[in-house]
Amino acid sequence: MSSVLFDVPGPRARLRHRLYALLTIVVLVGAIGFVVYRFTVTGQFEPVKWSWLEYKQIQLSMVDALLNTLKAFAAGAVLAMAFGAIFAAGQLSDHKIIRVPSMVVVELFRAVPLVVMIFFFHYGVSPGPPFYSVVLGLTLYNGSVLAEVFRAGVRSLPRGQSEAAYAVGMRKTQVMSNVLLPQAVRAMLPAIISQLVVLLKDSALGFLITYDELLEFARDIGSSFQFDRPLVPVTIVVGAMYIAMCLLLTWLATYLEKRSRRNKKVLKLEKKPAEDVVAAAV
Amino acid sequence: MDVLLDNLDLYGPGFLSTIWLFLISAAASLVLGVVLAMLRVAPVPVMRSIGSSYVTLLRNTPLTLVFFFFAFAFPLLEIVTPATFGSASGYYFFAALCALILYTSAFVCEVVRSGINTVPVGQAEASRALGLTFGQMLASVVLPQATRAVVPPMMSTMIALLKNSTIAAGFSVFQAGSISLYLSERGENQMIGLLWVALFFILLVIPMSLLQRSLEKRWSIAR
Repeated sequence: MSSVLFDVPGPRARLRHRLYALLTIVVLVGAIGFVVYRFTVTGQFEPVKWSWLEYKQIQLSMVDALLNTLKAFAAGAVLAMAFGAIFAAGQLSDHKIIRVPSMVVVELFRAVPLVVMIFFFHYGVSPGPPFYSVVLGLTLYNGSVLAEVFRAGVRSLPRGQSEAAYAVGMRKTQVMSNVLLPQAVRAMLPAIISQLVVLLKDSALGFLITYDELLEFARDIGSSFQFDRPLVPVTIVVGAMYIAMCLLLTWLATYLEKRSRRNKKVLKLEKKPAEDVVAAAV
Repeated sequence: MDVLLDNLDLYGPGFLSTIWLFLISAAASLVLGVVLAMLRVAPVPVMRSIGSSYVTLLRNTPLTLVFFFFAFAFPLLEIVTPATFGSASGYYFFAALCALILYTSAFVCEVVRSGINTVPVGQAEASRALGLTFGQMLASVVLPQATRAVVPPMMSTMIALLKNSTIAAGFSVFQAGSISLYLSERGENQMIGLLWVALFFILLVIPMSLLQRSLEKRWSIAR
């Protein structure tokens, strides 16, 4: 198979590629070997550092921490979607008095770092437990990004959709809520879900304001001398949990994308402008 | 206004440190990201799988966790420790750089890879048919076309990096994000202090995103 950069390899190129592969494997094995060596030398594989996994109390508090992470994610996701839908509609409004303020709001919340926002709510406004500050921050930031995604989605729909809707006598609000937004959401589902992955990852910022989520749990267990400060093992376990959750969401996105490709009701758009908005979702 | 003027000794070094964090990690993650992108498009399957596993792992880990690892767990492996730098603050700056570089390079890699993939295969095949060498093909056919697809999303990645650098506030690096924590020690109003920090970021980020959008608009017509 020919790719953009490399032609189909001939016999000599194939030999060379095999040599490269061998060299890469040697380097890779060396790197892994170094890591394993450092782990053994500093005693990261010692049973006492992993024994915390066996305590029922600790397992329960890990589940609690996981649930707290998921709680912040769920609340943030629902509110951000609502925020996004409202402000996307606002940005697309015909009235300048609605359009300009919503654009300003979306731009502002996209420009301020989430950490600064969460600190602002937690230390500045202090609406109560850290949970509220985290959810508020997640909602405003990701909601603004989602507003851009929704807006790009509506923009990408063919004009005929809204023209037809007006022709059957729908009002502007009806056109937006019954015709345009549902189709935009469908077309943008993969983009929306990858933003939700970002939201899930950002919920870890709650750690900075002592919200009781997975990372806070990691620090608690990691600093206990009873298990000889198992910071490395606990980071690996928590990291694996985050990766598993994010991959599940991503698989959901690919599944939905495949399903919508089979579905004839979804319009086939030539190009997805929102991909650029989210391609760099960090 | 008073909060800003009375504490210029915090704001000045704070933002300077943010900008250093940003510049160093931007440069390093661009290099590492391009190397990773090369791995991901390489003709050797082992290289491709190394590139894609790196990207999958780092993209699905919260940046806060990467910071957590480098700030707290990494010194325990005794490869690089605070003693290497002589001071704890030096080590934390190094840890923040590591976290930002490793995390951002995964995104840079994806942007570069998808940029290269937007160039139709026919372009490369045609240049090979004309007898261009690999270097000539890259320099005069593939890269000029890929740049159009790469630069706008790359700018968003860099904007995100600038914003992400504030996470270092939670990991003992003195920069823009941590100004408010010091303000509270001085008994200043944190709310107003944070508004100034937010304003600074707005002033930095909005021109960048406007530029990004205009580039996107100007270049999107080309293909």
